[in-house]
Amino acid sequence: MAGFCYFPQTEEDIRLMLDRIGVGSLDDLYADVPSDFIYKGEYDLPSALSEQEVRDWFEGLAAKNTRLKVFAGAGAYDHYTPAVIPNITSRSEFLTAYTPYQCEISQGTLRYIFEWQSMICTLTGMDVSNASMYDGPTAAAEAVRMCVASTRKRNTVIVSAGLLPNVIETVLTYAKFPGINVVMSSDVKADIASVEDLAGVVVPSINRYGTVEDLTGLADAVHAKGALLVEYCDPSALAVLKTPAEWGADVAVGDGQTLGIPLCYGGPYVGFMACRSEYMRKLPGRIVGQTVDKEGRRVFVLTLQAREQHIRREKATSNICSNQSLMALWCTVYLSIMGPEGMRKVNDLCWSGSHYLKQQLLATGKFEDPDPDATFIKEFALKPLVDVKTLQKALLDAGFFGALEIDGYVTFCVTEKHSRKEIDALVEIVKSVR
Amino acid sequence: MKYYDKLIFELSKSGRTGYSLPSKVSDKDSLPSSGNLWRQSSLGLPEVSELDVVRHYTNLSQMNFGVDTGFYPLGSCTMKYNPKINEEIVGQFNGIHPLQPLETVRGCAEVYEGIDAALASVTGMKHFTFEPCAGAHGELTGLMLMREYHFSRGDMGRTKVIVPDSAHGTNPASAAVCGLEIVEVKSKADGLIDVEDLKPLLGPDIAGIMMTNPNTLGLFERDIKEIAALVHDCGGLLYYDGANMNPLIGVVRPGDMGFDIMHLNLHKSFSTPHGGGGPGSGPVGVADKLVNLLPRYDKGVEKSESGIRVSGFHGNFGVILRAYAYLLMLGRENVRMAGKLATLGANYIKESLKDCYKLPIPTVCKHEFVFDGLVNDGAREGVAGATTLDVAKRLLDYGFHAPTIYFPLLFHQAIMIEPTETESLETLDAFIEVMRKIAAEAAEDPELLHSAPHATPISRPDETMAARQPKLTWFA
Amino acid sequence: MAKINEGLLYCESHEWVKVDGNVAIIGVSDFAQEEMGDITYVDLPSEGDTVTAGEDFGALESVKASSELYSPVSGTVIAVNSELEDAPEKVNEDPYASWIIKVEMSDTKELDALMNASSYAEIAK
Repeated sequence: MAGFCYFPQTEEDIRLMLDRIGVGSLDDLYADVPSDFIYKGEYDLPSALSEQEVRDWFEGLAAKNTRLKVFAGAGAYDHYTPAVIPNITSRSEFLTAYTPYQCEISQGTLRYIFEWQSMICTLTGMDVSNASMYDGPTAAAEAVRMCVASTRKRNTVIVSAGLLPNVIETVLTYAKFPGINVVMSSDVKADIASVEDLAGVVVPSINRYGTVEDLTGLADAVHAKGALLVEYCDPSALAVLKTPAEWGADVAVGDGQTLGIPLCYGGPYVGFMACRSEYMRKLPGRIVGQTVDKEGRRVFVLTLQAREQHIRREKATSNICSNQSLMALWCTVYLSIMGPEGMRKVNDLCWSGSHYLKQQLLATGKFEDPDPDATFIKEFALKPLVDVKTLQKALLDAGFFGALEIDGYVTFCVTEKHSRKEIDALVEIVKSVR
Repeated sequence: MKYYDKLIFELSKSGRTGYSLPSKVSDKDSLPSSGNLWRQSSLGLPEVSELDVVRHYTNLSQMNFGVDTGFYPLGSCTMKYNPKINEEIVGQFNGIHPLQPLETVRGCAEVYEGIDAALASVTGMKHFTFEPCAGAHGELTGLMLMREYHFSRGDMGRTKVIVPDSAHGTNPASAAVCGLEIVEVKSKADGLIDVEDLKPLLGPDIAGIMMTNPNTLGLFERDIKEIAALVHDCGGLLYYDGANMNPLIGVVRPGDMGFDIMHLNLHKSFSTPHGGGGPGSGPVGVADKLVNLLPRYDKGVEKSESGIRVSGFHGNFGVILRAYAYLLMLGRENVRMAGKLATLGANYIKESLKDCYKLPIPTVCKHEFVFDGLVNDGAREGVAGATTLDVAKRLLDYGFHAPTIYFPLLFHQAIMIEPTETESLETLDAFIEVMRKIAAEAAEDPELLHSAPHATPISRPDETMAARQPKLTWFA
Repeated sequence: MAKINEGLLYCESHEWVKVDGNVAIIGVSDFAQEEMGDITYVDLPSEGDTVTAGEDFGALESVKASSELYSPVSGTVIAVNSELEDAPEKVNEDPYASWIIKVEMSDTKELDALMNASSYAEIAK
């Protein structure tokens, strides 16, 4: 066998180990496997590459992608990543650890999860947060199950049609198999009255057109039916928006990607999920809590495990047993760097850039404003008066990705990463579209 | 490792900043500061400098143990080395938006196609979906596909799934949240599924069976051919829980054993870092007859007849990239050694310790095996014997991570050890020596183990207090 | 050795019943609390809820386990021991004093299916 950098065994080592075991060869370790299951064919893999060749391989693949200036959102937003974050998250003590089962040698992970939970709670106004979920859409899907599990003999959940398409698709997929009844609604308040066994209502804080929703009175209507209100939020915007708690929601979910996580073709991102304390024991996922060790020092542990799938098994209402821990650390470091003032400034920068772009785009005469009263922070929708495909192609050809089509509108998104020069350049391209 | 007691909130000083942001595009437009839509409550984030942040998290990291710190023989978790080249390649893809049109993401599409072909070849499956973000997420997706398969044939009555009593705890939970009723099949004394116990369970209401092979005892289910035939004959499908795929890499393919659906844990078998609990990746592979139901990429276009979507975009792309890099380093030559060397290490430890730790099933294992506590736990009049928990905690004092403990549930004092193929003979020998030393300590003075660990940043926590009076945020 | 109080009725899922007219006072046995270890939470039903013999009405949680509470009788919950919400450890300290719910029975004949102390002693070991 030729040497391989990740396999440290020498020929001599292998011989010595086989002798200790009392078998003649490595193949003998598989003597219990029926011989026709031993694979004798060739594997469809290239001949082993060297590290340099792997590096070249991926440089080649990356070169096949087109670098674009992203003016799109729809669930993935191009916010700036402070240099500190990857530096910290790449520390191998964080990167190469498992779930913190042995708390005596995992206080680093446990402490940052506790900080993450605390930060999610101050952003959402909720009492309790879990250690994170896979992403926003799965967090919403889990919240639907949580509504059903938290209410007795109720099986219908109203889901706002204003949520992002991928959130709705994920929610519908998760709900289908256990037979949860989902009512898609474009008028949530009206539909609440007509549903008999209402367990919950899921609405966006910012809808698929980028508009901030006015949820006045909604929580009261939901609670009057004995159901839970779930709000799907952008955690970055929650630094300035009325919180789910202030709206009266019971559960807050969303995607942490807006907290400085690179687009990276859709992942890894991180979902968050927080709730009022009365639903604490129905919250899925890992939760870290504070306690003391034998010397009385403040320490952190995984807690409330009786909720979890490895204990509840077939009685589980969620099967999640991991989280996106490292991405939660990513967001925790981001929020530490930004602080309350930085978070407000980021939103102000998004606001000023997006409002500037919207005015410039309307001034081209190529769009109508479908909702001049809409309040938005970074993403907005316009009704195009030009052919959408032509518009999109003109932008792509000029190195821009924007004008995502949804329900007959196109959306644009501006963050703190976009300069005035870039925005003006995009507008010039739009002007040229016939 | 040293104890460090701060939380980031406790470093905060009003007016201190750590951010660096550009100036506004236009001063004309400013965020409103009041009104019905805007936040009234204060935002309790810390106000710290960049150096405060760096020192704080560096200090936290120094209370953590990772694969790069030392040997991590956590059973069923496959804590193999995470190659560093994998980390480097990801940055080149950071700026790509997930909804970009195909002609601008041909490189990303090739990553999916390339790793799909590679994993299909290693497992004997036809194609994979990469949407699931973890192993449990893959299980759930796989079971959804199982149900969709039956639905697509108008076979609506298959509402039960068979799960062995030795299964990973997630199996019954995944089945339950997929709306399936669980039927348990028993293991025999030799740790393998009892085929005679299985037969009467099979019928027109069975959607399929979930198995891991080798099972959680590290034993190869020799009767898999007969099991597959029985399940298929009753119209059910076979689901392969890929958590234990590592010993089969380069040796045996689940597809060849008759499995129809499987998930892989790229963070176990394919070397991507566990990140303290994620992000992982749990791609799901299927046999030919289920391909049309799979949400997947084909020449850059996502398509699926089932309409299943289990995550926001294309799964954890950054993790998938790392696994693909590892597969390319392995190549068709080294892949043939991966499983065998993992199996070699596990058997070597087992044979080297079986005189000190009870070995309930003495046959050749695969990548992992299970002891059932100490041969001599030191119990005597008025002195409780050392438990599996005590052994695990004592290991921390000697600089090793503990094995998986109290799982599988078939044994009361289970210690489940999985070394992986990336550990050297010297590392295994050092672990064996410490395990023998701990066994000797237990026989002589179990109290030393009851109070372990002694050399870690903290001692054993009061878990009862944590659960009775939950303090789950800094603000609470 | 777990204590078993004479004069109470028991069921296989380790709940005890003290009969007071047509009211059943329900708790868990000493054996059950020993098996659970330190109880960290008692999930209680609400007053006015209906319970059915053999079906769960709540749960006990410990650090590493969760166990459903099964009602030995059918009827309406007329009282819950809300003291256990803040002090679940009372179930460990004195499981026979720490009743969990009181049920107004709809069918006292269901009591016939329960065990007396000596029969239960055969199970709880």
